[in-house]
Parts: sequence; C-alpha cells; structure tokens
Amino acid sequence: MAVEIPKDSWAGSVRVVTLGATPADGGTRSHTIMIGGQNTLPFMHFEKPTPHRPVIAVEIKDRRPEDWSGLLLDIWGDAANDPAAWAKQAEVAGADMLVLALTLTAADGNPTTPSMAVEAVKAVLAASKLPLIVLGPGQADADNELLVPVAEATKGERLALGLCEDKNYRTIVAAAMANDHCVVARTPMDVNLAKQLNILIHDMGLPLDRIVMDPTTGALGYGIEYGYSVMERLRLAALQGDAMTQLPMMVTPGFEAWKTKESKFGQDVPGTWGNWEERAINWETLTAMTLVESGADVVVLRHPESVRRVHQAITDLMTVPETV
Amino acid sequence: MALSGIQIYKMLPQTNCKDCGFPTCLAFAMKLAAKQVELSSCPHVAEDAKAQLSEASEPPVRLVSLKANGHEVKAGNEVVMFRHEKTFYNKPGLFLRVKDSQPAGEIQAAIAEADGYCVNYVGRDLTLDGFAVEAVSGDAAVFAAAIAAVRQASHRPLILISTDPAMIAAGLRAVDGENPLIYGANTGNWQAMADLAKQHHASLAVIAESLDELADLTEKVKEAGVKDIVLDPAARNLSRSLALNTQIRRLALKKNFRPLGYPLISFPGEGGDPAQESVMAVHAITKYAGFIVLDHFAAETAYPLLVLRENIYTDPQKPIQVQPDVYEINTPGPDDPVLVTTNFSITYFSVANEIEGSGIPAWLVVTDAEGMSVLTAWAAGKFDAERIAKTIKSFNIADKVNRKRIVIPGHVAVLSGELEEELPDWEIRVGPREAIDLPSFIKQVL
Ligand code: B12
Ligand code: SF4
Repeated sequence: MAVEIPKDSWAGSVRVVTLGATPADGGTRSHTIMIGGQNTLPFMHFEKPTPHRPVIAVEIKDRRPEDWSGLLLDIWGDAANDPAAWAKQAEVAGADMLVLALTLTAADGNPTTPSMAVEAVKAVLAASKLPLIVLGPGQADADNELLVPVAEATKGERLALGLCEDKNYRTIVAAAMANDHCVVARTPMDVNLAKQLNILIHDMGLPLDRIVMDPTTGALGYGIEYGYSVMERLRLAALQGDAMTQLPMMVTPGFEAWKTKESKFGQDVPGTWGNWEERAINWETLTAMTLVESGADVVVLRHPESVRRVHQAITDLMTVPETV
Repeated sequence: MALSGIQIYKMLPQTNCKDCGFPTCLAFAMKLAAKQVELSSCPHVAEDAKAQLSEASEPPVRLVSLKANGHEVKAGNEVVMFRHEKTFYNKPGLFLRVKDSQPAGEIQAAIAEADGYCVNYVGRDLTLDGFAVEAVSGDAAVFAAAIAAVRQASHRPLILISTDPAMIAAGLRAVDGENPLIYGANTGNWQAMADLAKQHHASLAVIAESLDELADLTEKVKEAGVKDIVLDPAARNLSRSLALNTQIRRLALKKNFRPLGYPLISFPGEGGDPAQESVMAVHAITKYAGFIVLDHFAAETAYPLLVLRENIYTDPQKPIQVQPDVYEINTPGPDDPVLVTTNFSITYFSVANEIEGSGIPAWLVVTDAEGMSVLTAWAAGKFDAERIAKTIKSFNIADKVNRKRIVIPGHVAVLSGELEEELPDWEIRVGPREAIDLPSFIKQVL
C-alpha cells in the first residue's frame, strides 16, 4: 500500500539571527553562529531542510557562584574562580557559544561595578573566540548600569545582551543598537506577552534579525509543561506567518534545572531519587531536550556532561534520515 | 474523521419514531456526534449505515490495553498533535526489558527492584508499568522459565519479544489468562503471530521499516482477526523516529488513515548507552509513543522520566492542585507556627515535604489561588492580602493557635504591609524564599 505522507507547508518562517562577528565584520570572534531560519516544525527534514542546528551555550559567571550546586562547582573546579579560565574550559566541554552572567555583587559584598563587568567580559572575549551572550544580574538598575558600558566596550562584537523585560528593555536595546549588538527579550511564558515585547523593541528601531526571544521555561517537574507548550505555540504562530513571533528562541534549562532540589541536594532527599550526580545531570539534560523538541534554538546549560549528551542528541536530530 | 450531526442524520432512518428516547432523528444524531449516546440506542439503523457509523465513531488512534493480575496499561485514544490543543490522555507505558539469556536469579532481582520502585511526585505515586521479556536463547523452555522468573517478582503486564512464533506460543502459555503484547509480527511471520494473538487475546505489535509495509501488515493482521495492534516503524535514532512518529500520528488524526491508527512502541535503549537512552526516552514521551521499552533501570533515570511523563500528560487547562484547607503537618499543637501558601500542587508539596521531613509540627494554610504557584498567583492577583486574610478567617485559625502569627513566603514579602491592615491583630512574618530553608527558619527565627 502506498501511504501518502502528510506534509505541512507553511507560509511563514523564522528569521535568521547571526550572533558574534569575525574580524571581517568588525569583531574578534573566530566564527559566527546563525540560529533560526526554520520553515517547518522542529526537525521535520522530510518537509524542508533545517537550516541551522540548535546551539548549546554554556553559562559561566564573572565570579565564583557560591550559591550554585556543589556538583557544578566541583566539576568546573578552579576555573569557576576566573571567567577567562572558565570560558576556555567551557569551550573544551563542547560549548557552541558562551553566556556570561554577571553577578549583582562583587566578592566583597559591594555592587559589581561597571569597570569590573567590562573587565570580565573582555577577559572572556580574549580567552575564547566563541560568540558570547552577556546577561545582567537581573535587576533593572544593575542591568542598565553594567550592560551599557559592556556594550560600548565591545562595539562590533555582535554580542547578545539581556535580559530585556517589559519594564526594562529601553536602555539595553539602545545600547545594543548603538554598538551593533543583539538582544535577548524575556517574557513570562505567554505568547502575547512575547509578541508585545518584540514589537516594543522593534519599535525602538532595532531590526528584528537582532532579537532572540526567551519565552521563559520551568524545570522538569516545576512547570516545564507550560514552557514547552508556549514554545510550540510560538513556533506554530511563526510558521503561520505571525511576524512578531518569527524570532529564534533561547531558553535557560540549566538555570532552571539547577535551581531544583533534585539537582542541588545530595542529602536529606528521598532514596527513590537515586544517585545525586546522575540525577542532576538527567534533570538538566531532560529539561533541555524537552525544550529542543519544542523548538528551542539556543539552550543555556551548566554541566559539561549535559552539554555532551545534548550535543549528541542534537546531532542525531539534525541527521537527515535516508528513507523518510 | 468524526462525522458531523448532519452527516450522521443522513444515515439514520429519519422517521422520528422516538424509540431512542429523543424526539427526532436529528436530535439523536447531534447527541451521537457529541459522543453522548451510543449508536445502539437506535434499533432501526440499516446494516450498511451501522458499519459506516461505527467505523467513523472509532477513535483515530485505537485504544490498546495490556492487562495482568488487576494491572492495566492503556495507550492510544489520542486526539491532538500538540498538548495545548486539548490534552494528551494516555501516558505511555514504561516497560523494562530482560532477556531469557540472563540467569533466573538475576532476572528476578532486576525485576523485583524495578517492580517495587515507587517515587512520590506532588502527592502521586509513580511507578513503572510493566516488563518486556525477550527470547534470545532460542529455546522455548528457557523462555518460559524466564517468564516464570519474572512472574515471581512482578504481577505487572508483559510484553513478549521474539519473532519466532514457537517462542511466543511458549511464552503465551506461561502467562495464560493475561492480555500481554506480542512483539512482534513482520512480513515473514505475521500469519502465525496473528493466530497466536487471536487465540490468547493478546495485542500484537507489527514491525516494518517503511510506512507502506507497516500499513500492509496491519491490514493483513486485522483481516486475520486481530484488532489490538501496536506499531513499530523500526526507527532507532532520534531524527528518523521523530519523522515517522509524527507522520503516523498525522495520518491517524488528520487523514483518519485507519491502517496506521494505532499506538506506537519505542525502544530508546537499543543504542546500548544508558545516558542516551534517557534522551531518546524524552523524545518518545513528548513525541507520541504509547509504549516505551527501556533497557536500563536506575532510580536516578526513572524518576525524571516519570516526572516528565506526568508533566507532558497534564491537562493544560487545569493546573494540578490540592484542596484549599488547613493541613496539619506532624500533628501541630496550639504553639506551633502557621504557614501560608497556595494550592498549586507543586508549591504545596515542596513546602509540605520540607516541613514533614524536618519533623517540625506546623499548620499549613493553603489558600485558593486557583492552582497557581506563589509568584504566578501573586502576579495574577490570586494571592493577595485580601485572599490570605479571608482564608485565615474562614478556617478559624485563631481558634487553633495561642499566638496569632503567620508566616508568608519570602517571594511575596511585599504583601506584609497590606496583610497587617487586613489582619490587624495578627503578627505577619516574612519567611525565606525557598521552602528548603523553612525548617532552619522555623528553628532559628520563630
Ligand atoms: C509555571 C509558571 C507559570 C504558569 C502557571 C503555573 C501555575 N500553575 O502556577 C503560567 C504559564 C500559566 C504562568 C502564568 C503567568 N505568570 Co508565571 N511563571 C511560571 C514559572 C516559570 C514557574 C512557577 C513555578 O511553578 N514555580 C515553582 C513553585 C513550587 O514555586 P513557588 O510557588 O514560588 O514555591 C516556592 C517558594 O515560593 C516557597 N514557598 C511556597 N510557599 C511558601 C510558604 C512559605 C511560608 C514559605 C516561607 C515559602 C514558600 O517554596 C517553593 C519552593 O521553594 C515562574 C518563573 C520561574 N521559573 O520561577 C513564572 C512567574 C512566576 N510568572 C510570572 C508572571 C508575571 C506570570 C503572568 C502574570 C504572566 C502571563 N504569562 O500572563 C501569568 C499569570 C497567570 C494568569 N494571569 O493566569 C512571573 C512573576 C513575576 C513577579 N516577580 O511578579 C514569573 C516569576 C516569571 C518572570 N520571571 O517574570 N506562569
Ligand atoms: S430510534 Fe432511530 S429512527 Fe427512531 S427517532 Fe431515534 S434515531 Fe430516529
């Protein structure tokens, strides 16, 4: 019996966003990374080729994150004390790109200063030639104060700066515009809120091909199903032709998964949770893979073994099957 | 594809005789389209119309259920491609495979461990669903003995794996009276396998490399009298499996293509690497598998997979929630602290488990926040000072404790001012942000 394969054909497609700039384009990166460009649901190679593979960004910090799980601090060892060393290690671990997340306070307890932030970013750029995303500490004032000088000091590198949120996007967007960077726009798990923020940012004059959206996710067991479905809906909307959803998506499964008790703690947890390290890696890997299935273009991870597993899985997903 | 009321009406006698209990044939047709009545309520439907109607009223993905000793695993009956469109209904059954080449003692130990595994997630006890026994020895007696060993350690439903009908026959005799799944039928053995399935009321998995072949096979097997069919499109890597599973689901739902309107089976562990097995299993859970056969069991992989399966198969319209109430943890007395939280299951259990584990007695007041987490409810206006105050009053907390003091989650510290106004004779304390820090907070600060 000849079975006719039902193929979707979509009017819309996701925009391509290019991260990082090589010397030819005014930056210092060894290569650029392109994300997005799909005109099918994830990995439907039998309909159209998938132009760019989802990438793994490894999250590093400007200083040792004492509140991170001991498993992470152990595995990164001394590298976690120094962003440049950490960047190199992350590259060895298989990162496609890096996320440098700035900390609110310096080691002495005082607020991180703009010059400290710039110094950390420059050290990372010098140590690794991978494209880079820089995230502020997540508080409006501090984000603005740190990200603007960072944007200026790295003009032309085509970093992605974030996180732009509805109450705090103007300064970051303006800084990205003036210095040839991209931005990451975060909204809390809602299709319309995501669209709205993209519109606001675009209205300021930043071209859409310099916006990556972060629709927010929850960890496995802590709301991942909401993030998963919002991402599926955003991608469907994009393919159906809704311009303000046609942006690549970045999500932070590493951050979410390593916040959970399952990953953070090895003691005083139920015996049915099993071996701590393997459980924690599974927590991160499974969260990330679920989101890759629903359309993530960038997943931000923390543990090298998760990076290895997710990388392998993405390679498998990108392999075009011969007979289907 | 589901028929509309009008399409059904055209196939009814249109006499309005009322024997079905409805005033007109049209009224009956409408109810039938909405699946609120059975076709059999109308005694006058012509035979050919009956055949058409019952065919059309069958679900696009057939429900297949494996049964043994009071346990049941169901797959199929799905109606959407994406969970947000409605919901995914029947969680894929998770099975663990053993081989008859393993010593009986080893089989028993492995099965006993996996069979007894039960992990609590938001108040639900999650377990594996059954076991798969594969005949690799080539000896029917050895296969039967392996099944007996499994049955010593577990009563859950089984999948019997072999392409040799003689093996399967021996296996089926060993589990007489159960409804296992036979895996499976291929172009070479389908006739004998179909006979066995029919004779033993077993379901039958069909295996083929292409959809064309797969559809041919299901038609033959169905012709031979087997209705409960499971599909294996034989993909053992992620991209091929994603493509085939998606195509099969689309054909069933969108094209009402009967030959592939059955649940799917996946073997994520076939690559041999346990780390990649769980990644493959994620994909099987999110993308349409009905039965998943694992080759490795460890608590640290079973737990996240079971949780993922719960998450993907929750109703997207209805957050999992607990009843708003005053929960007494570790039998609190009048001097013990009063803690306030929301009725989202994940929130409630993260708090309740922490306190319970610490042994500290406390009153946990759960407000009706429409099943939302602390911050979500706060942002949505469902967890505000007014609601909290109303809950404290309506559950008469003041009568249960000596000291009028409540602890609110650290994430909603901003509420404390307004709460003091709403509850003037109560002391409002802001607790830590994370539940994990609650026990030490209670011990040291309260
Ligand atoms: C899943 C989720 C949703 C789901 C809903 C899930 C649900 N049923 O609640 C959906 C997608 C529907 C949703 C919607 C919204 N969300 Co929402 N959502 C989340 C998300 C990702 C996870 C929430 C969660 O489940 N956490 C896990 C539970 C267990 O946490 P918890 O309830 O806080 O409990 C912990 C602590 O508070 C503490 N605790 C609990 N009780 C108690 C009691 C005491 C006494 C103590 C001491 C401690 C304590 O213990 C727990 C474990 O540590 C968060 C972001 C994030 N990653 O955290 C955003 C988040 C909560 N959402 C947010 C927002 C703004 C919204 C919306 C308003 C936006 C929108 N999308 O329209 C809507 C509101 C809902 C509506 N209008 O219907 C914001 C809130 C911002 C803020 N600070 O106010 C967040 C923080 C995202 C963000 N960064 O912007 N959301
Ligand atoms: S019993 Fe059948 S024929 Fe009679 S009214 Fe009902 S639907 Fe019509």
